[in-house]
Amino acid sequence: MRITQHPILSFDRGKELHFTFNGQPMTGYEGETIAAALHAAGVKVLAKSLNLHRPRGFYCAIGNCASCQMVVDGEPNVRTCITLLREGMRVETQEGKGRIQ
Amino acid sequence: MFEQTGVATREMVMEKFPPIERINKGPVAVVECYQKIPCNPCQTACPFGAIQIGEDINEIPRRDEAVCTGCGVCVAKCPGLSIMIVDGSKSPDTVEFRIPYEFLPLPAAGERVVGLDRAGEPICAATVKKVMNPPAFDRTPVITLEVERKYLYEFRNFRREAEARG
Amino acid sequence: MRELELLIIGSGPAGLCAAISAAASGARVLILERSFAPGGQLIKQTHMFFGSERQYASHRGVDIAGILLKKLEEYGDRVELMCNATAVGFYEDNVVTVLKDEKEYFKIKAKSVICATGAYEKSLAFPNNDLPGIYGAGAVQTLMNVYGVKPGDRVLMVGAGNIGVIVSYQLLQAGVEVAAVLDAAPKIGAYLVHASKLARMGAPILCSHTVKEAIGTDCLEAAVVCRVDERFQPVPGTEQRFDVDVMCISVGLSPLNELLAMRGVEMKYVPQLSGSVPLRTENCETCIPGIYVAGDASGIEEASSAMAEGYLAGLCAAAALGHVPEDYEARRQEYLRQLEGLRSGPVGERIRAGMKLSAL
Repeated sequence: MRITQHPILSFDRGKELHFTFNGQPMTGYEGETIAAALHAAGVKVLAKSLNLHRPRGFYCAIGNCASCQMVVDGEPNVRTCITLLREGMRVETQEGKGRIQ
Repeated sequence: MFEQTGVATREMVMEKFPPIERINKGPVAVVECYQKIPCNPCQTACPFGAIQIGEDINEIPRRDEAVCTGCGVCVAKCPGLSIMIVDGSKSPDTVEFRIPYEFLPLPAAGERVVGLDRAGEPICAATVKKVMNPPAFDRTPVITLEVERKYLYEFRNFRREAEARG
Repeated sequence: MRELELLIIGSGPAGLCAAISAAASGARVLILERSFAPGGQLIKQTHMFFGSERQYASHRGVDIAGILLKKLEEYGDRVELMCNATAVGFYEDNVVTVLKDEKEYFKIKAKSVICATGAYEKSLAFPNNDLPGIYGAGAVQTLMNVYGVKPGDRVLMVGAGNIGVIVSYQLLQAGVEVAAVLDAAPKIGAYLVHASKLARMGAPILCSHTVKEAIGTDCLEAAVVCRVDERFQPVPGTEQRFDVDVMCISVGLSPLNELLAMRGVEMKYVPQLSGSVPLRTENCETCIPGIYVAGDASGIEEASSAMAEGYLAGLCAAAALGHVPEDYEARRQEYLRQLEGLRSGPVGERIRAGMKLSAL
């Protein structure tokens, strides 16, 4: 899902970073958001809704809509569409409201 | 229909083309800008003053076919990619087009490609003569293609054979 | 509490131009940007901009961000840019509260404030519109053009305004197939040159069409679309299914200006400007002296107008603070002329009507 050649842009990806998604090892790049790294790995379901537990992906990519909130390093409600990936992050699907661990 | 599909009608296209005698003399710009929008880089770009919009930047550009040399500077400058160069002076059977093409992979000179009309429908075969992508074009490559003369008013784009198969 | 002359909230086209203009007059400026990088939505605009050379026409948006940031550097320490800093409150005494890096919380008091907070994408109601794989068109543009990640393989674009049509073209450039571009309106809203670019790539544009429902369990798998009549009601029997893994919603933007409403600026719902907007003078000043608005926060327009408004607001805000350049009036008239030019044609009709309704 990563764009390798583009007529207008060149993507200078940063250093490779390692993180986990629901315990699974994943890789991404420095300078990209958690949601972008997950998307590049084919992960589109980021959370489950509060009441009906419907799957949620990201929607706005500017931190406005709350659709992409996940549990990151134990902290719930992290807006993954605007939060940069860091080495060793533990990223988890958020079920409902999330709890401070 | 144009306002529903983005595909200009034959009559609209014909109005933007200079007379065939001018096309047969040598390269000339065809500016397919049909709507009044606030935009004037074509006027700014033309080194000969052949494209005029005037004070109100919403006016539709007028290209003076007597002044236009078909140099093609405007082709990569138009934000709407609405300009192409046509040249009917090379042969009685074919015409050459220079069109902007912002997709990868770029074709190579000599390559046979599929000619497309304004709705993206395949209409003919075309031969790539030249691929220009200098820094001054700022990542809007301009491709020269040779097309059978009868497609003069239909041809507007192309796709590579590999893409057609893939 | 930090006190300063001029605070600009937002570093998109309007905010950056406001900063350049104000700093050029001699004002000291702090720009707050909630993202980790400046430039607002310019950073994902790979297409060449319209307008005239005064608004950097024919340059790509992504490069305009660089041009503006470089210009800003000329003013050295007169301008400070603070990223990862969200303005979360705006109070009667011109105190703005800021959340920095999601943890530090502090107050700033500014003599003058320019609100250049931009806009957000509207959503559309239809069954299953919350499925992953359905995104704002601008969000997909960010994913593709900032991070170099494709949203999927095949997309249905809902909305044939400039954003919908431009993002569709950019999806093709990224190697994503565009199944169709829909719009409920009977005519394409985008500049028709953009629509023609897309049409000749073989991507069909379907006016008078809307989404009936999205289909999928965990993610989007297909969409059913149908025709609508003149009253935007679905026409039975016209359903068509598109197997797509991506749907982009591009049904317009709404101004983001809650901070101004919180401050007590007089607001008004103006449909022609796509939402609730502050009343303002021709100099972009709201009903509260020293508080200005520029760009999409004042009503949805093109980026070229946002830049011209930014330059105007920056010039006038700095002048009111005592930084009056010699050519003040000439520059003011020049920016007003630019705005008039950008809005004077048939595509500016709505904006002109909206401007009248929101004028102080």
